[in-house]
Amino acid sequence: MAILFDENTRVLVQGITGSEGSFHTREAISFGTKVVAGVTPGKGGSAFEGIPVYNRVIDAVQAQGANATAIYVPAAVAKDAILEAIEAGVSLIVCLTEGIPVLDMLTVKYALKGSGSCLIGPNCPGITTPARGKIGFMPNFIHQEGSVGVISRSGTLTYEVIWQLTSLGIGQSTSIGIGGDPIVGLNFLDLLVLFHSDPQTEAIVLIGEIGGTAEEEAAEYLQGNLKKPVAAFIAGQTAPPGRRMGHAGAIVTGGKGTAADKVRALERAGVRVERNPAAMGSTIGEMLNPM
Amino acid sequence: MKIHEYQAKQLLREYDVPVPRGYLAETPEQARELARDIGSRVAIKAQIHAGGRGKGGGIRLADSPQEAFQAAQGLIGRRLVTAQTGAPGQLVRAVLVEEVLEIVKELYLSLLVDRSRQRECIVGLASAAGGMDIEEAAGADPGRIVQVAINPGTGFSPFHGRKLAYGLGLERSLGAAFSDLLGRLYQLFIAKDVSLLEINPLVITRDNKLLALDAKIIFDDDGLYRHPELTGWRDFAEEDPLEVEALKAGLSYIKLEGNVGCMVNGAGLAMTTMDLIKLAGGEPANFLDVGGGASAEKIEKAFRILTADPKVKVVLVNIFGGILRCDRVATGIIEAVGKANLSLPMVVRLQGTNREEGSRMLKESGLTFHVAQGLYEAAELAVRLVS
Repeated sequence: MAILFDENTRVLVQGITGSEGSFHTREAISFGTKVVAGVTPGKGGSAFEGIPVYNRVIDAVQAQGANATAIYVPAAVAKDAILEAIEAGVSLIVCLTEGIPVLDMLTVKYALKGSGSCLIGPNCPGITTPARGKIGFMPNFIHQEGSVGVISRSGTLTYEVIWQLTSLGIGQSTSIGIGGDPIVGLNFLDLLVLFHSDPQTEAIVLIGEIGGTAEEEAAEYLQGNLKKPVAAFIAGQTAPPGRRMGHAGAIVTGGKGTAADKVRALERAGVRVERNPAAMGSTIGEMLNPM
Repeated sequence: MKIHEYQAKQLLREYDVPVPRGYLAETPEQARELARDIGSRVAIKAQIHAGGRGKGGGIRLADSPQEAFQAAQGLIGRRLVTAQTGAPGQLVRAVLVEEVLEIVKELYLSLLVDRSRQRECIVGLASAAGGMDIEEAAGADPGRIVQVAINPGTGFSPFHGRKLAYGLGLERSLGAAFSDLLGRLYQLFIAKDVSLLEINPLVITRDNKLLALDAKIIFDDDGLYRHPELTGWRDFAEEDPLEVEALKAGLSYIKLEGNVGCMVNGAGLAMTTMDLIKLAGGEPANFLDVGGGASAEKIEKAFRILTADPKVKVVLVNIFGGILRCDRVATGIIEAVGKANLSLPMVVRLQGTNREEGSRMLKESGLTFHVAQGLYEAAELAVRLVS
């Protein structure tokens, strides 16, 4: 089953002709993704390695039945690209771009309300459903099909955990990087709801970090409502307050958003919070097969 | 990006938000002249980014030009220590010489982005406990804080101002002025990609006027590209020199207090590596994310910056190679260590694409690398090597 990305997902790539877009599109295709179109304004009518390129997102939707988009455009035009995809009725929008101004994202969130679209990202590695395909740039080799759902704010830390799982023979249903920015599309809570009703998913991993209250909001949802075992790791226990730790959203402000608070909230909700990230894989293994 | 009080007030003036008459002085002589121009009691305010200046003795009153001279002399060129600067304090290079007006009431007003779910918007916060630490006030009596959510989709509407003004119990005569002020601050917020705009205190003067007595503005770093007029306001002297150098090299680096230096690709993994060092009983010296590219040149720059910190006794490199291949990383590390003439013990932990190849190259390089496999094992080894 998996969530959001499955065998019916037909991907268009906004920015397909750029260096990021072109490279990752090739990788995605070799992973089995159905990439049906590209969109680069001004390059409509051309083709990228056999894939038709259009001037407008609506053209890709109408001509190729695209229902998802991968956005590889610079930060200055990312809001515009997302808004265009929403207007064209694309159901799954994945924005990989880092560095989008916060106020642009507030406008995007406003536009998403009441639309038929959902957004993953920005500033994220994307979404991968093993054996079906991916949008984004999680390395192909780390994934294996299985029953663990992964939701993470990180990039390479996500790959570490997924690779630990795969190395132990524990496969994944869908892995989603929700991104490191303060304002993102689908968050832990939204994806937990989806994983809860996905028959393929038997356990869930949350990889969080300092900043904001997304983990606490997830914990509130899970309180008295833990339908499947959840394990978590929260990065940034040692991060100093008030500093942006790489990710724009990884900042403790006014005492809020500390790793300790998140750990406490999640544990109270019955989530198993692992202190040693090297043991995430084995912890999930134990949760799936309790002795 | 942070700016000084005098710069924030300049911006407020541009948006017709009332601020006291004030001018920047870089010498005690200038301060004396400015105080004479203003002609009444003045406040001599140290211009540093950190807060807590009042309690730290960084804001002094002067009743004459000569007192202004003395107050400025006691501040300019010296390090001011406040609760927020840390023990070393911050060098004061200028003071704001500002007229002092009679204040009837002090309020608190701020605008910031609320990132909590379903509330992603700009929030206006106000309190009648102005001048105090807002966190303390909130802790002591949360009911004293009034809030209003302003959705950028709909923009500012006068009721936003009314909600705060009536909520604060302001006299009706001030309601319109308060709403107008809030509207202007909101316009500034939106126009300049602000993250936080704090007026503490916003005062009511004896002649029933609102005035921003102090102003703190922090800009969204990701918005700066579209505000070239603001980048000149960045004060590099307020930042750690190594961090500034790293920024110029396209690296994400934050200096900490420990002695285990670390270099990682990815912010989440970098934070995790710091946490692992602590878990293994050590203290991280820094946060450093070399990012996705991690070319040989970038790795070399990263090493130089890391090891320029004299506290660093061991370097831990933790790389997960996805698109980035571990053999390329190994080449980069070997070249960089050679060029930087590194003599510190190094632990390298590679995972992902071409891991075996990369690890082999390091072992055969002739340089002393301790190659680790596991995440925790690498951190433990690094901590042990400190002693």
